[in-house]
Amino acid sequence: MVLVPSASQTVGPYWAIGLDWPEAWQVAPDGVAGERFELAGRLFDGKGEPVPDGVLELWQANTEGRYAHPEDRQNKPLDERFLGFGRCGTQPDGSFRFASIKPGPVPAAGGGLQAPHLMIGIFARGLSARVATRVYFPGEAANATDPVLALVDPARRDTLIAKAAGPGKLTWDVRLQGAGETVFFAF
Amino acid sequence: MSKLAGYRPEPAGTQPPLLHPGYKSTVLRAPSQAPVPVPASLSEITGPLLGQRLVRPNDTDLTGQHAGQPQGERIIVAGQVLDEDGWPVPDTLIEVWQANAAGRYRHDRDQHDAPLDPSFSGAGRVATDADGVYRFTTIKPGAYPWPNHHNAWRPQHIHLSLFGPAFATRLVTQMYFPGDPLLPLDPIFNAVPDAAARERLVARFDLELTQPAWALGYRFDIVLRGRAATPMEG
Ligand SMILES: [Fe+3]
Repeated sequence: MVLVPSASQTVGPYWAIGLDWPEAWQVAPDGVAGERFELAGRLFDGKGEPVPDGVLELWQANTEGRYAHPEDRQNKPLDERFLGFGRCGTQPDGSFRFASIKPGPVPAAGGGLQAPHLMIGIFARGLSARVATRVYFPGEAANATDPVLALVDPARRDTLIAKAAGPGKLTWDVRLQGAGETVFFAF
Repeated sequence: MSKLAGYRPEPAGTQPPLLHPGYKSTVLRAPSQAPVPVPASLSEITGPLLGQRLVRPNDTDLTGQHAGQPQGERIIVAGQVLDEDGWPVPDTLIEVWQANAAGRYRHDRDQHDAPLDPSFSGAGRVATDADGVYRFTTIKPGAYPWPNHHNAWRPQHIHLSLFGPAFATRLVTQMYFPGDPLLPLDPIFNAVPDAAARERLVARFDLELTQPAWALGYRFDIVLRGRAATPMEG
């Protein structure tokens, strides 16, 4: 049997009724091992205006670099308290935040390891489907050899790398369109 | 080492383009650059496994969340979540939200001059069972005006958010109702180029699902992306 995937439709302006999950910006509960960070950013449209009605989702591996998923069969420890999923709606100024632990390196598609990264999905009114991107960590030597960053025009790679903003603090803005447009991925 | 099987790209025409000027909000929000294709790694083929564990009491009956019954036509929505190969997607979370029978959302930004219903929140959750089957009870949402163009009205619809087994299978869609005269006029629905793909977003009235003297039944099956063949060892 061959079926066709259902069409995506926008979340619209009122997604919070169904998708609001107030505590989900905190990805790693207390006690979960790993280097803690708080990532703060803003979501902007093609005019540079903040997007006040977007919602971001995050998916990541644990500190060892293992995903809480049966298809990740690496022989690395899992922590049942850490799922690795986050969600945060944007505020009137387009801002969002996540608090979590830095993921370890996970295997790359062609062998070797990927640099630590967060998988991010973005929904909003005016986005017909989710757009997907990644956040990498600043000052990470492995970024230089990451096979996904290597696929990206060097002039645009900066859009995928968070900026350090003090101990444990990172900033990362998303520009959906236009100057400095964030790189999005298809897979 | 052998490569991982990723998920198949959606067939051409079955998904709305990000830029669809008829839907005005896409004009400043759709990325202008094409997405960069990446080979599937664990990051794409894993994802949060959210299911029944997250469904709270009363989540699957949107008519039973308050002391009183909501206004409107009581309906049962049920269907199966499958992948492209027809395999059921078990224990996956579906988040549901909708307007009330008057076409008003319980949301600060909804300024439509239609009454809120104190007996209706418009939010629910349901998980598929082992066969990928889900079912929830609600009321038929009303059509509502929106500022996209002169005299623009959204057809009656229910918003549905699904996870599936991977980051790659995440889907948010809308379920429409058969025979709605607003469907041919709606730029969001009609942004999907393929007519058959649009039709699959329209639920089917189902007398079997309909409960005598209680509620009309609508069947809505949902298909998530299926697995690509495992690439040969390279
Ligand atoms: Fe809506």
